[in-house]
Amino acid sequence: MTKELVCIVCPRSCRMTITSEGDELVVTGNTCKRGKEFAINEMTDPRRTVCTTVRTSFPSVPVLPVRVSGAIPKNKIFDLMREVNRITVSKRIGREEVVVPNILDLGVDLIATSNILKDENNET
Amino acid sequence: MTTGNYDVLVVGGGPAGLAAAISAHDNGAKVLLLEREARLGGILKQCIHDGFGLHHFGEQLSGPEYAERFEDELYKRNIEYSTLTFVTKIDKNADGSFSVHTVGRSGVSVFTTKALVLATGCRERTAKQVFIHGTRPAGVFTAGTAQHFTNLLGLMPAKKCVILGSGDIGLIMARRLTLEGAKVLGVYEAKPTPSGLTRNLHQCLHDYDIPLHLSHTVTRVFGVDRLEAVEISKVDEKMVPIPGTQTRVECDTLILSVGLIPENELAESIGVQLDPRTKGPVCDGQCMTSTDGVFSCGNALHVNDLVDYVSQNAEQAGKSAAQYSKKARKLIEVTPGDGLLYVVPQRLNLNEDNSKTDLYFRVREEENNCVLHILADGKEILKKRYAFMRPPEMENLTIDFDGCELNENSRVELQLERLGKGDDVK
Repeated sequence: MTKELVCIVCPRSCRMTITSEGDELVVTGNTCKRGKEFAINEMTDPRRTVCTTVRTSFPSVPVLPVRVSGAIPKNKIFDLMREVNRITVSKRIGREEVVVPNILDLGVDLIATSNILKDENNET
Repeated sequence: MTTGNYDVLVVGGGPAGLAAAISAHDNGAKVLLLEREARLGGILKQCIHDGFGLHHFGEQLSGPEYAERFEDELYKRNIEYSTLTFVTKIDKNADGSFSVHTVGRSGVSVFTTKALVLATGCRERTAKQVFIHGTRPAGVFTAGTAQHFTNLLGLMPAKKCVILGSGDIGLIMARRLTLEGAKVLGVYEAKPTPSGLTRNLHQCLHDYDIPLHLSHTVTRVFGVDRLEAVEISKVDEKMVPIPGTQTRVECDTLILSVGLIPENELAESIGVQLDPRTKGPVCDGQCMTSTDGVFSCGNALHVNDLVDYVSQNAEQAGKSAAQYSKKARKLIEVTPGDGLLYVVPQRLNLNEDNSKTDLYFRVREEENNCVLHILADGKEILKKRYAFMRPPEMENLTIDFDGCELNENSRVELQLERLGKGDDVK
């Protein structure tokens, strides 16, 4: 079986071909080893990083940008979104701090990607 | 009234302004950065998706993470900055310095500076600029406005939406709104090829089964208080709607991602010459515009697709502004040949160091299997083969022009050679 896909690891957007030869997956068209890894994962266990926002209890900063600390299975994206939309952040947490550890038992944390809540606290 | 004297004054606190201010400071200048919004970071504040910083930091960062890393560097150096400060006017003084008039929380101020860096970013094209007919209901937003609502205000601008234009922000918003529960009916693009990065077509549209309709545009909007539907038409190769092809699509929101234009009102007010191809200033390898002492960088200079290039270019502008002396320039032209949309810088100043000049350029249309030649007075300085080149994906090369024996009559030209299938580089 042969499949054509575009690499989303970096903006270069390499056009790759992946072919299964027996037990082995052969990747061509990639220009780096991350591309090969991405292509193989796309066939076996496609994953994505999800970036979104969580609600906060601070009126001047209604939402805080967050992301998962590692890529999650593609078919879990909407489960994650439902879970994230149940959360309200009420502490002034900063960038890279964990909002929810091991979210939905996916083995990744939900982390803040901005200091907006902390910075605002320093200014007032 | 506040006043102050600076070596370098940077207008704009987005990624370009931040990198320029840091680089000017590191090159010994007394710097002031002015930002009109309440927070630094520019548009990156609302670009919560990842994909930034792969070149600069070697990792995939979200917009806020990328911007805040630069903000941290600014704070570490105690570089002076002022937010909620709007530049109203710039005067050129007889001694070559500039007076920058502002209005802010403390009222009106005037700052004097030896060199200016304009890092004013770009603006989105609006509905009025793409000639959509019909009523004026609520629910027609630019992609950036929709992004502001969703990512900063936490408000959903759409339930059922159509996106016009396949620019990157439109694609990113298609995914974002889908994740938050909206139905994105489709992305319509008047051109026969997509405008956004290929990876965004895949991770934003294909991943969520959002259809992309090329050679289609929105020709009319319906609705009184709120948008009720849009009319979609096929367009011909000149992007003119074909009569009889109209279809009506029910939706409550139309999002426009139809291009960005560099913001240069301040630049023009002090006589900076613009390049009709980039719509940004004509500049030399040091990012100096046609007005001595005025530097331009980032999206104000030309619209970039990667913020990493903005930072790289702004570092050059900040450094050059710090080192600015009033010595005369010896300028030669750098011109884009057939098939190329533009090249930045458009000039080289032979009285400066051009040993590591970053050239940024784009092709006019998609090209397969071609070779780019950089020629100085007809002599080849560099050639590079490309399997494919696309207008949305800007190319960047660093060239040593000092080894090329250029003189004031020299001309540098970029030429694209198209190879047939199987041909080899000549």
